[in-house]
Amino acid sequence: MGDLIRRSAADLADALAAGETTSVELTRVHLDRIAEVDGAVHAFLHIDTEGALAQAAASDARRAAGQLASPLDGVPIAVKDVLATDGLPTTCGSKILEGWIPPYDAEVVARLKAAGLPILGKTNMDEFAMGSSTEHSAYGPTHNPWDLDRIPGGSGGGSAAAVASFQAPLAIGTDTGGSIRQPGAVTGTVGVKPTYGGVSRYGLVAMANSLDQAGPVTRTVLDSALLHEVIGGHDAKDSTSIDQPLPALVDAARRGAAGDLTGVRIGVVKELTGEGYQSGVQQRFDEAVQLLVGAGATVVEVSCPNFVHALAAYYLIMPSEASSNLARFDAMRYGLRVLPEGIESPSAEDVMRATRDRGFGDEVKRRIILGTYALSSGYYDAYYGQAQKVRTLISRDFDTAFYSADVLVSPTAPTTAFRIGEKLDDPVAMYLNDIATIPANLAGVPGLSVPAGLADEDGLPVGFQVLAPAMADDRLYRVGAALEALLEKQWGGPLLDRAPTLEVAR
Amino acid sequence: MSDALVPYDEALAAFDPAMGLEVHIELNTVTKMFCGCPTEFGAEPNTQTCPTCLGLPGSMPVVNGKAVESAIRIGLALNCDIASWCRFARKNYFYPDMPKNFQTSQYDEPIAFDGYTDVLVDTADGSEVFRVEIERAHMEEDTGKSLHVGGSTGRIQGADYSLVDYNRAGIPLIEIVTRPIMGAREKAPAVAKAYVAHLRELILGLGVSDVRMEQGSLRCDVNLSLAPIGTGELGTRTETKNVNSLRSVERAARYEISRQAAILGSGGSILQETRHWQEVSGVTLSGREKSDADDYRYFPEPDLVPVAPSEEWVRSLKDTLPEPPRVRRDRLQKEWGFSDLEMRDTIGADALGLVEETIAAGASPQAARKWWLSELARRANEQDVDIASLPITPAQVARIQALIDEGGINDKLARQVFDGVLAGEGTPDEVVAARGLAIVSDEGALSAAVDAAIAANPDVAGKIREGKVAAAGALIGAVMKDMRGQADAGRVRELILEKLA
Ligand SMILES: [Zn+2]
Repeated sequence: MGDLIRRSAADLADALAAGETTSVELTRVHLDRIAEVDGAVHAFLHIDTEGALAQAAASDARRAAGQLASPLDGVPIAVKDVLATDGLPTTCGSKILEGWIPPYDAEVVARLKAAGLPILGKTNMDEFAMGSSTEHSAYGPTHNPWDLDRIPGGSGGGSAAAVASFQAPLAIGTDTGGSIRQPGAVTGTVGVKPTYGGVSRYGLVAMANSLDQAGPVTRTVLDSALLHEVIGGHDAKDSTSIDQPLPALVDAARRGAAGDLTGVRIGVVKELTGEGYQSGVQQRFDEAVQLLVGAGATVVEVSCPNFVHALAAYYLIMPSEASSNLARFDAMRYGLRVLPEGIESPSAEDVMRATRDRGFGDEVKRRIILGTYALSSGYYDAYYGQAQKVRTLISRDFDTAFYSADVLVSPTAPTTAFRIGEKLDDPVAMYLNDIATIPANLAGVPGLSVPAGLADEDGLPVGFQVLAPAMADDRLYRVGAALEALLEKQWGGPLLDRAPTLEVAR
Repeated sequence: MSDALVPYDEALAAFDPAMGLEVHIELNTVTKMFCGCPTEFGAEPNTQTCPTCLGLPGSMPVVNGKAVESAIRIGLALNCDIASWCRFARKNYFYPDMPKNFQTSQYDEPIAFDGYTDVLVDTADGSEVFRVEIERAHMEEDTGKSLHVGGSTGRIQGADYSLVDYNRAGIPLIEIVTRPIMGAREKAPAVAKAYVAHLRELILGLGVSDVRMEQGSLRCDVNLSLAPIGTGELGTRTETKNVNSLRSVERAARYEISRQAAILGSGGSILQETRHWQEVSGVTLSGREKSDADDYRYFPEPDLVPVAPSEEWVRSLKDTLPEPPRVRRDRLQKEWGFSDLEMRDTIGADALGLVEETIAAGASPQAARKWWLSELARRANEQDVDIASLPITPAQVARIQALIDEGGINDKLARQVFDGVLAGEGTPDEVVAARGLAIVSDEGALSAAVDAAIAANPDVAGKIREGKVAAAGALIGAVMKDMRGQADAGRVRELILEKLA
């Protein structure tokens, strides 16, 4: 049954429907795979064997009774450790939340459970989603299945690596500046950041509330569409959730896979190509654009002049919101509590200080300090205020671009996966890896990353990014599925077939 | 250590007081400001909480529409403009009773702003209307409540440990901020008290809060500063908190005037700080030092969408506001037939609403006024509490009057019924029964008591027989004493005169 773990979620759903397998079996083979390879990959922070098997058994019982909860009922999934899970540890990759077990489910998790997807466990991430490499996890880095010495992207490196190494057919990620798409690009998987407000943020431990969005992490575009339809849609518990039905995502993916893009206008963003982009990345991107043209799409070059300020604006808005969000971790009610040394009877303030000093990692502290500074009186207008203006300009750039193009495209990340440790001492170099993904978060528009091949110089995966107007997430799936189908035809199978075989621990 | 004070008159001879009043009103919505938890007062600690009001990681707020409606109605009643678009903001600071270590409040975009309200202030020469300008009224959430255990002061310093109850965390608050109140001179403390009383009346009329100061559903911070007389400047202010009754508002303002004048008069300067009013000792004590450098790093709450009340909604709320307090007073005075003086005393005793409810429960206006202004105002004064916080309801007062009207008790017995009700012995009827206070109407027993009194006082009886009817008082007294007050004095008098005719 080794074959089961390599199949797409859509295939597995068909296999379940045909009675070829059961949810318990599917869940068990993935748990076995985790036991075999996760020692080397370290995609998971917590594995819920018992819970997953119980949910799987319940799914099989539903199926036997002919009462399926969703098209993905019975297909197991991994969840990024930034989403609250009732009864399961939720650490956000931070020591400060070590041992915290939420008393409630995030809305996304509640919808997964309601749809019958057994939850295998919680995936590794940069602490509080702050990073592009998963090296900032307090529990150790995740390794890229394509080359264990390299990063799997971040912050959702755990989810992407789990899917890329066949430990889970599906995973949930969250994307604040690229944390779903960039790991997708560097691990040869598919990742989608939905329209802001398209998926409930209730129970997503916020890094930057106005940017965060949960979304699918999968191996195929169709799987992302299926998962997106399970988790998306209005939630009254999230005031920023959009009270509109989702577009028909699965239909769009199926239509796109047929390979006809006649009449679709593809906009290549001038500011997101060329200088700063690795040659192999640029090459695969250019070829992919030509494939789309071959499928009937027309290509226009669009300019988004304010995108050059996106990174700067992002690194003011995100830390500002984060500095406030992270204030609640004060040792008073939950999580880590550190008693300061050398103080006879420490005050609440002493305990807060000692706990935050020990509980937060350097990158988190760096951003708290940045954000605190940016919001301080006398600096607010120059920093936070200006950044918000840039954000408005970036939204206008998108509006203008979408006037002449139905979707915008770019490489997802400027480089392939770098080596673990390579950029750890140079935060700005690390931040630059998100240069192409950040504009979508600032404007709230949806984005998808789909594998575009391997870079010639290092043989590592390259991601192709598709961006669409807000609430037009269906366009991502149509174009993404078309490109995926055309490329797989060229490759003779999925890109992941070319990934090295992981050594199996026994 | 107590602060030096100068006599109040002396303070005013040298300085002009300026006041700013910040009043927090706890709304009586069924659920909290940003979650569905109940708001009932007095529940077991931490039983009315959820992930959102506990600030658990991942939780999110949703605005309570009823609270927004209440805020708009308060704003309209204070003649404010209502924002057509406004946002919530985070006020960032660390405190253990604040679950998120930021308070979701409003900053530079309050829901209501630029209003005023006309307050009736009691002065030596009658009532005077004083206009208080309202800078803003905004929405925010309450914090949890800390209980510091151990130590002598009940404050965090010196406590062995602290307990926090988050039931109060997230209860909707409206903060109403006045512009600096200048030119009130010696009346400043009276204006402060009258303003808070007026606000309470106004909000009771709106029905959006219980406004019980003793339960903390109306809290007033008194900002006060002094400037050399006639300069029109604003001096350094102190902010006095913990002012939990109307009387305290007046006393705290008065105290700060005397205290600050003593410091300034001796060449010192006022420390900008938070002070705490001490109800028992009647002084303010220094709290946390505050400075303009306090930086709350406000920014718009990214988890909430802007509040944008439509013009039609605001107009319909305006059209359905209840009558303003002054109009109501005029109407009630007319309905009740009170003289100006009676009305003033009733308002001065803070008993207008109580009298109104007592009348609504069946008492005559004069009877209702009599009991509240004589008997109950006196007791409130003796106990140093607001009259509204006495443990007796208007309906119970009306019932006591009904017992008198039915002839079941007399005024003297009624006072004992008040004693019983206030002592927690039950309803008026229960007190009458338990204490055996019913008037004796048994003619035989009365007649025997009268005969006994006549026999015991032959001199007095003789005088009455001679026509000196005024002497009957002594015999009536004797009979009433014999009957332990439970006799109808009128009937006793009739019997005495009959028997000695
Ligand atoms: Zn709650």
